[in-house]
Amino acid sequence: MNKNTKINALLLLVVAALAVLPLALGLGDGEEEPFAGADAQAETAITEIDPDYEPWFSPLYEPPSGEIESALFALQAALGAGVLAYYFGLRRGRRQGEPHASAEQDGGAAEGGAGESAARRS
Amino acid sequence: MHIAEGFLPPAHAIAWGVASAPFVVHGVRSLTREVRENPESTLLLGASGAFTFVLSALKIPSVTGSCSHPTGTGLGAILFRPPIMAVLGTITLLFQALLLAHGGLTTLGANVFSLAVVGPWAGYAVYRLLRRYEVPLMVAVFSGAFVADLSTYCVTSVQLALAFPDPGSGFLGALGKFGSIFAVTQIPLAVSEGLLTVLVMRLLVQSSKGDLTRLGVFLADKRPGTRAETEAVAR
Repeated sequence: MNKNTKINALLLLVVAALAVLPLALGLGDGEEEPFAGADAQAETAITEIDPDYEPWFSPLYEPPSGEIESALFALQAALGAGVLAYYFGLRRGRRQGEPHASAEQDGGAAEGGAGESAARRS
Repeated sequence: MHIAEGFLPPAHAIAWGVASAPFVVHGVRSLTREVRENPESTLLLGASGAFTFVLSALKIPSVTGSCSHPTGTGLGAILFRPPIMAVLGTITLLFQALLLAHGGLTTLGANVFSLAVVGPWAGYAVYRLLRRYEVPLMVAVFSGAFVADLSTYCVTSVQLALAFPDPGSGFLGALGKFGSIFAVTQIPLAVSEGLLTVLVMRLLVQSSKGDLTRLGVFLADKRPGTRAETEAVAR
């Protein structure tokens, strides 16, 4: 593993630790509903402040169960991750293909020139 | 976490909608201009939108014993400036409001204002400021993303406190209440978002130097001398 990869892995590790620690330390234990959404807590707070408040509009479509909802959230994350992976894959492929392409084009004549055009194009 | 459907009184919902609309319209113009003038940006624009999509789908446990999700708006704001994030953020919020019953159409204006307007602008401002003082790129990126994330939820807290002031302690009391629900929960998540944004920026520096150079990411400031530096980095 080179230094770059190590730093990237370390970044991911810290993010994972930040997510897992609250669970591992049981920080939700005192709550009525441990690790509920902050938005649901805000709804509760609103009804505490103003017990008469009634939401005046309801979602046009509501996922019928928690499973469907988490499936849709997973879909959202998968869509995003897919596009990101496509982007980085394409960039990597282009970068790897570039030395070949420019070597073919100018027969590997001007090394500095190829480097410059690579920097400009990528 | 966004304000749930129907949980802002109609007057507030309309007011936030009116406040957000010009930013989104301006953002759509900036986005079409960017795509027309730099068609090669489209891919990276898509990737920035995708980053927001991923991060705002991940509900992560926090120190307060509740869950929230990051916003992912800092990256796009740093790369493409905040107006474009007004559009990408709005698309994400619409997806969640229409399909996931997360956030809502009546609260869309308020949520757009916090996530797609204030967050990106605050993050971008911090990023630019730090870059002006020649703070290293990744430190500025982390700070920008952290602030974009956290400021979003501070605005959400203010929006709710304005709509529901505490009968006893008024606006400030309610702000404390909503702030402890949203903003405090968000602090570790904002750190995570900062780290993930740094990760993506590191990958971009490796893979897309050309794009980043064109977008001026390597420019510490527009002073003479930085141009040579930029070119050196681009090689």
